[in-house]
Amino acid sequence: MTTPELDGEERAMVEEITAMLPQFEKSRGTLIPILQSIQEKHAYLSGAAMEMVAEHLSISPSEVYGVATFYNQFRFHPPGKHQFKVCLGTACHVAGGDIILENFERKLGIKDGDTTPDREYSIERVACVGCCALAPVAVIDDTVEGHIQPSRVEGIFVQFQVEREREEREKAERESGE
Amino acid sequence: MSRGDIKKHFAPIQREAARRTEEKKTDGIPTIYIVMSTCGLASGAAETKQAFEEALSHKSIEARIVPVGCLGHCYAEPLVVIDHPTSGLPPICYHQVSAARAQVLVRSYLEKGDPVFKYVLGATEENDLIPALMDFPRFNLEQRLVMEQCGRINPDDIYQYVAEGGYGGLVKALGSAPEEVIAEIETSGLRGRGGAGFPAGRKWRLARAAGPDEKIVICNADEGDPGAYMDRTILESNPHQLLEGLAICAYAIGANQAHVYVRAEYPLAVKTIQQAIKSGEQLSLLGSSILGTSFNLEVIVFQGSGAFVCGEETALIHSIEGKRGMPQHRPPYPVEKGLWGRPTVVNNVKTLSCLPSIINRGAEWFRSIGTEESPGTAIFSVVGNVNHPGLVEIAMGTSLRTLIFDVCGGIPKKKSFKAVQIGGPSGGCLPESFLDTPIDFDSLTEAGAMMGSGGMVVMDENSCMVDVSRYFLDFTQKESCGKCTFCRIGTRHLLNILDRITKGEGREKDLGLLETLSEDIKSGSLCGLGKTAPNPVLTSLKYFLDEYEAHVREKRCPALKCRALTAFYIDLEKCARGCDVCVGCCPVEAIFTTTGRKKAVDQELCVKCGECMVVCPPEYDAVEKVSPPELAPIIERSPEKK
Repeated sequence: MTTPELDGEERAMVEEITAMLPQFEKSRGTLIPILQSIQEKHAYLSGAAMEMVAEHLSISPSEVYGVATFYNQFRFHPPGKHQFKVCLGTACHVAGGDIILENFERKLGIKDGDTTPDREYSIERVACVGCCALAPVAVIDDTVEGHIQPSRVEGIFVQFQVEREREEREKAERESGE
Repeated sequence: MSRGDIKKHFAPIQREAARRTEEKKTDGIPTIYIVMSTCGLASGAAETKQAFEEALSHKSIEARIVPVGCLGHCYAEPLVVIDHPTSGLPPICYHQVSAARAQVLVRSYLEKGDPVFKYVLGATEENDLIPALMDFPRFNLEQRLVMEQCGRINPDDIYQYVAEGGYGGLVKALGSAPEEVIAEIETSGLRGRGGAGFPAGRKWRLARAAGPDEKIVICNADEGDPGAYMDRTILESNPHQLLEGLAICAYAIGANQAHVYVRAEYPLAVKTIQQAIKSGEQLSLLGSSILGTSFNLEVIVFQGSGAFVCGEETALIHSIEGKRGMPQHRPPYPVEKGLWGRPTVVNNVKTLSCLPSIINRGAEWFRSIGTEESPGTAIFSVVGNVNHPGLVEIAMGTSLRTLIFDVCGGIPKKKSFKAVQIGGPSGGCLPESFLDTPIDFDSLTEAGAMMGSGGMVVMDENSCMVDVSRYFLDFTQKESCGKCTFCRIGTRHLLNILDRITKGEGREKDLGLLETLSEDIKSGSLCGLGKTAPNPVLTSLKYFLDEYEAHVREKRCPALKCRALTAFYIDLEKCARGCDVCVGCCPVEAIFTTTGRKKAVDQELCVKCGECMVVCPPEYDAVEKVSPPELAPIIERSPEKK
């Protein structure tokens, strides 16, 4: 099997991981911390990244994959620019969190765990963000929003749309000014 | 080393703490305490803090802003306490302080001396002018032992903890023999707060006796129960109390290494505990030769990656070792052979946080709180359909009725109480007849629920018990690690059955099948996850059988919750002409205009999100929800309007 051609993004990732790995002791106990720091930096674990970790710890890639897929924290596809995490904890469920999730899914035409093809948005369901008194809750990028209503979902997209248009306009203005 | 020498090492730290407190009291500068834990931040505490800072600098008023942890009053966030010593008023607690309210408070209270009564929740001390918080049931029925300082001190400032008597327990413990410490904990009757209630002292004694190897302590802060967040709150609000407890435990069992296993989903808790460990080491309250003695303790934070089963101690240990977090057969118990093969004590955050006060005030004092068999307090996160949700710490033995109706203010919107779900996915749903059950380990287990992690979800008449069981099964089925066949496949089948019942496709024999399958899963599983996973199903079958029967036999959801069994329609008698609110809010354009400009629902398109019911102005109140769906009158939509 030939190694597929790496694109620029992946090559940069491989380089950074190569530089980072020596900081970690070559013992099994560091496996999860290594995977966590890779994901923190690159937002997901690629196949190449997991193979590199396996080599560093002298264990098989399947072992690394086995551990990574066991835990909910790890992601194997790049997330979107904007991430929506919809809480489906007990309190949020009772307050209709599934309806909120469905609204996001319908709006973007993807299922939870997926990213839109333009990599602009991704949706995830999370077990509990621990803000049960504010149910239903969704985490929009890094902001926790409480008491979210189905119509608020529409509002969030309008907000992002306006923001994107403004950015584009500013960019165009800068370019024409130069 | 003698007790006197240890105290000598501790004295300078105490003096510095006292000096800092005194300085704050005497300089006359107002102090603004802002609750900045995760729930506070979610309600906008960061914006509130910024507004205070801007308003203060704009008005050139000098004031100290102190970020504090959570008070447990999630319904009133963001909470702010203003201590304005020159105003002649006691410290005042304000609720729901938005950025705009923050500006008003600076302008009116700090500048002009008017405390803005309409935003006041209460005063934090007894006085003649403003009602004190202690007079409210929410406050005076609670008994705070673990959460005593939560929300009152800055979690990042170790001196504030010391000023409140912090690390005094460790000083006392280090001055006694480890066996004496264990004996004291045994006498106190402290039971593990992780859910199972195993006596903490006995666990320690077993670990201490387990050979000459170096022991390890693990603090279990892998709070995976959806609906419980007290461990996170303690870590974020008073990390030093936990670290002190950890050090006491380590000293007693002979450990020099401690791990704090905390969920990576709690970034603020991780940051706070790491900072706390650093400041503890700087003052030699942790790290090497603690307070001048030969006792060393290295504290390591391990970030758990989100697996509910890792709350089980053997699975947690596997996870730290870099493996899949699967439980193993016990014995050998971790106290004999745990992390890296060494004797290991795994204790919950709350268990460890109880220790400093037990050592300080003695086992007898601890026994005087709570019940004979379960001394001490219990912390619950009461959420769902209650007026005042949040974290509540009460003495063991308090009744469910007191907790739900007196402390948490009862059910909102004049609805009636239906059930309370205790203990998360491992617990059970208890109906109204159990409201007078005292809360302690044994009574709850007897009723079919369990203490568990302390998650408590209160449900009103609009919650469907079948749907709630399905929800918990969906959770445990996903979280089953897959080791035991009964848990892995059994929960899948339970979920499938519940799924079809909630969709109106249930069969008559399903009810019996649910019960026998549940019993089989309980006996065929190795760890607590599988043994308790069917609890929500079993208790709801026992207490709410009529709801299951309505779903199966009549294809009807009595609580109007299961979406496949309900329908929305618009009552043409009530609908106003020309009001278009529901049309605008419908996400799928299922609402159309019919004769006389009135509105109707296209049942084929409707996704039953209920938004039209929410937005329909109360003076019309025209949207109706019915179950079974056939009850909704059908109004045909003309093809050109589709």
